[in-house]
Amino acid sequence: MELAQQVLSGLAQGCVYGLIALGFVLIYKATEAVNFAQGEMLMLGAFGCLALMRFAGLPFAVAAVLAVAGMGALGALVERVALRPLLGQPQFAVVMLTIGLGYVARGLVSMIPDIGPETNALDTPYKGLALRAFGLVVSADHLAIVATTLALCASLYLLFKYTRIGVAMQAASQNQLAAHYMGIPVKRLNGLAWALSGAVAGCAGILIAPIVFVHMNMGNIGLKAFPAAVVGGFGSMPGAIVGGVVVGVVESLAGFYLPEGFKDIAAYVVLLAMLVVKPTGLFGETLRKKV
Amino acid sequence: MRRSIPTDYDASLRLIPDPAKAVGWATLLAVLLALPYLVGNYWLSQFAFIYIYAVAGLGVMLLAGYTGLISIGHAAFLGTGAYTEAYLTARGAPFPLAMAAAALLSTAAGIVIGLPALRVRGIYLAIATLAFGFIAEEVFARWESVTGGNTGMQVKPAIFLSWTLRSQASIYYLALGVCALVTLATINLVRSPTGRAFVAIRDSEVSAQSLGIPVARYKTMAFALSAAFVGLAGALYAHKLRFLSPEQFSISQSIDLIMLVVVGGLGSIPGAFFGAVFLIVTPQAIAIAKDYLPPSVGQAPGLQAVVFGGALIGFVLLEPSGLYGRWVKIATYLRMFPFYPAGAFRRQKSFQRSERFR
Repeated sequence: MELAQQVLSGLAQGCVYGLIALGFVLIYKATEAVNFAQGEMLMLGAFGCLALMRFAGLPFAVAAVLAVAGMGALGALVERVALRPLLGQPQFAVVMLTIGLGYVARGLVSMIPDIGPETNALDTPYKGLALRAFGLVVSADHLAIVATTLALCASLYLLFKYTRIGVAMQAASQNQLAAHYMGIPVKRLNGLAWALSGAVAGCAGILIAPIVFVHMNMGNIGLKAFPAAVVGGFGSMPGAIVGGVVVGVVESLAGFYLPEGFKDIAAYVVLLAMLVVKPTGLFGETLRKKV
Repeated sequence: MRRSIPTDYDASLRLIPDPAKAVGWATLLAVLLALPYLVGNYWLSQFAFIYIYAVAGLGVMLLAGYTGLISIGHAAFLGTGAYTEAYLTARGAPFPLAMAAAALLSTAAGIVIGLPALRVRGIYLAIATLAFGFIAEEVFARWESVTGGNTGMQVKPAIFLSWTLRSQASIYYLALGVCALVTLATINLVRSPTGRAFVAIRDSEVSAQSLGIPVARYKTMAFALSAAFVGLAGALYAHKLRFLSPEQFSISQSIDLIMLVVVGGLGSIPGAFFGAVFLIVTPQAIAIAKDYLPPSVGQAPGLQAVVFGGALIGFVLLEPSGLYGRWVKIATYLRMFPFYPAGAFRRQKSFQRSERFR
């Protein structure tokens, strides 16, 4: 029973990692850039929701939807203003740029009066509820995380599989030049990828807010999503979710069975092991250039 | 315009080709040596920090600037050096011995990290080193018998024979000496075949391999040398701060080190010094500016993050060659004053090399 309980809570935590990793992968597949500010986007989403509830007095559902939409707009804006001038520059430049963006976001949030420097609780309507079945306890926070993750994955799957825009994004991610020649507006699709990624990060932020609270350093959880993305294979979207769940469950079990301290590094040990054993990850594709 | 014309074959091998420059360097060295007699302890301490960060910066520069390998875990090497130094000094080892051990142990850690680094490239390397950095920080926090854990540990003053380095000035001279030696070593390294191999690997791994450069060996060597320099910086850091705790070697320290080389100017030795000055001077400037800002901005815990992040964004977008690159441009402008060509430093159009195919 203990084991099952640990696995369950790891699963919920893993879904959040998976959602953040999904954000990385969306951007990486589209633009081959790695966004080190993904965690800060999560933080901004949570703060946006909190600010709308606190200052504008909106109900949770409205505030959450608005915050997610706002994060989408912010993602597109960041792509247009900061990332597009760097097209063609080495990847290192993008990494440094996103680290800088993360720092700035974190610092600016700390300057918001009242809520910025504090640790805030986000009041959700499902706060404190729990589901009891078969001797297991699942809190409503965890259920909401898992349900939203499943819904998001399903809608992204439908988007990429059946819509014109989704297919165009797939084409652009496979070969930007060929897609460009076929008349696909690659730059605008890159912006869309950033917008989607921002919205997914915003969702993750609002979902995890009841568990970890809303504060300026909550973006550090974004670094845990790197192991998730690597375990899944950096360019694979189902891989990101599976990787996130694997990392979440391993972490939860390590926290329960191993001595103190192992919980914090379990994710990174998994990452290094994965890189040594199979650098392409579970679902990674190895593309070879045919000459 | 001054131009030195080589008249013998050794001229191109000399470290300082120009007698006028030799005078300049000698003056600088004399001023730096006389500094403890000229300024107070506070400034002396800031200068010592600049030397220490310059040594670490040279290490990171060798790896990121010259070999093109990104590491976001270099605080681990800084920590390895610092804790080795503190541990050995506490057991009565003289500082040359302790510092050599710190550099060696750090090198060993660098080789251990460098080996898996051969399997992964690009962004995976950055992520792998990030993971290593987290694990190292946790080890520093948990290995209490050696590191004192989260409560931290005091560092005894450096000793050599019957001579104890207690004063601010003695630490200053120690840092200056190590910094000068490391700088000389780096200058000579990057103009040796090894350094040229590093640059070749940075510019194109495939062409380097085609030219017969054993890429794996040189990458490991770059990691080892970089870790050795950063470990030395860590040893100095331990003596300078006199107190070590694991959070000094966290991810933000690693990012500071990377920021140092990016802001200073990637792929240049003076860049490490420019970056070190930036890293030390900016927090002081922020502390002064705080009093003039509105309280919600001035007292915010994230003020420094905004300034550092903004600087990073600005340099990446507007001046990728960093402070040193800007300095070179200004110096060229002044030297060629009325005849400065408009497109002298125009950025070349570049195209991204995809990492998906390998």
